[in-house]
Amino acid sequence: MARYDRAITVFSPDGHLFQVEYALEAVRKGNAAVGVRGTDAVVLAVEKKSTPKLQDSRSARKIVSLDNHIALACAGLKADARVLINKARIECQSHRLTLEDPVTVEYITRYIAGLQQKYTQSGGVRPFGLSTLIVGFDPYTRIPSLYQTDPSGTFSAWKANATGRNSNSIREFLEKNYKETSGQETVKLAIRALLEVVESGGKNIEVAVMTREEGGLRQLEEAEIDAIVAEIEAEKAAAEAAKKGPSKET
Amino acid sequence: MKFDTSGFETSMPMIGFGSSSDLLDGFSSVPSFDLPRTTDFDGFQKEAVQMVKPAKGTTTLAFIFKEGVMVAADSRASMGGYISSQSVKKIIEINPYMLGTMAGGAADCQFWHRNLGIKCRLHELANKRRISVSGASKLLANMLYSYRGMGLSVGTMIAGWDETGPGLYYVDNEGGRLKGDRFSVGSGSPYAYGVLDSGYKFDMSVAEASELARRSIYHATFRDGASGGVASVYHVGPKGWTKLSGDDVGELHYHYYPVTPAIAEQVMEEAAAE
Repeated sequence: MARYDRAITVFSPDGHLFQVEYALEAVRKGNAAVGVRGTDAVVLAVEKKSTPKLQDSRSARKIVSLDNHIALACAGLKADARVLINKARIECQSHRLTLEDPVTVEYITRYIAGLQQKYTQSGGVRPFGLSTLIVGFDPYTRIPSLYQTDPSGTFSAWKANATGRNSNSIREFLEKNYKETSGQETVKLAIRALLEVVESGGKNIEVAVMTREEGGLRQLEEAEIDAIVAEIEAEKAAAEAAKKGPSKET
Repeated sequence: MKFDTSGFETSMPMIGFGSSSDLLDGFSSVPSFDLPRTTDFDGFQKEAVQMVKPAKGTTTLAFIFKEGVMVAADSRASMGGYISSQSVKKIIEINPYMLGTMAGGAADCQFWHRNLGIKCRLHELANKRRISVSGASKLLANMLYSYRGMGLSVGTMIAGWDETGPGLYYVDNEGGRLKGDRFSVGSGSPYAYGVLDSGYKFDMSVAEASELARRSIYHATFRDGASGGVASVYHVGPKGWTKLSGDDVGELHYHYYPVTPAIAEQVMEEAAAE
């Protein structure tokens, strides 16, 4: 009987865990994902690589619910994501069962990060090759949160963040343009950030919103996304025109 | 948080045979133990339980009212017909905003309440917020359920105040857990229920409620031999619990039923000192 106790993730002489770093490379090759926290809404937007014509796009959803009040998007190995998401969903229900309360966003993030860490310190397994963006509202307090985890098992809370392909440029954009937003403005900000690296168009972006009043995750329709993208383009054009206008007169 | 499975974490998670063990991972099974070699397991269980005889000689009660939760208990410990102590603390302070009452085995109640206190504190530290009363009572009920049939004797009420307001749960060694507004546990509970149920109103002041609680305990100690000692009354409000009173029930008797000196027809006078 084979024994699975040899560790795969081991330290290098200069203190690196190369398997974890390689996992981060896998994340960097994954599709771009953006998360933005507003005052009363949280938004996740993910790049959708072109779907083959015969594929049923609904089966390839990239933004999923973990519970009524928590949603997750990720970048990296999608098969690993499925495993992690299933475990997280079970944990959400287990928490409801043993503590009679829904999980807080921080709790489930801590659980997912703990899982990711466990797989960097166990025999016979490799780390999960994905980073996640977790959003939701805490029960009772209804405070919105956005968290990110990565293959090393660290997690932290963010006002807005991106992961996956070109995440650095998206993060730069967000740093420059982030401000407290609510409702539709939050959605716009998330889409604008994603459009920095993705071809514009509703069929290349998947967007989902969770608001404090509604609860539950709402996936935006392609038409809705197209409309918002059009708005953003119009605003951009207007800004450009405004810039050019005055300078012509001088 | 799941059923306590810290003992079962191995360094070999997910030995690749995948889905079945994966899914079960979340619903970790109750800690397993060796079953006794007998043909009649239920009969054996009954015998084992009878041996320890969870008679629960005591009176404890708790009820929710407008101003929070009122918790009261007697303080007598009896071993059969022998009164082993008149000064047992039957209201256990789990943490500054949660109380537990003790009925059944004193050691069992004390230990498990202390254990619950530890779990509540760990929850606070891990989650940066207090545990709810329903969560705490659920933790205790799960622990007791996993020892079901092994002779634990615990009939307790968990009373506290959390984000959702006042909370009161009854938890026992069978693993049962009930949410309610009024509970009384112990051999004196029928007597306490009589007084409590007839005097209860939701809109009572703290003073009225504490008097009702005290009177209920007193009446139970009067009729039930296994209850006595001191009637302690605690109040749990939004800021935590406070102890309101602890009166000896013997003295309480004369407080409720003062002795009126009979009017003597003839008075004996002291003989002159000669």
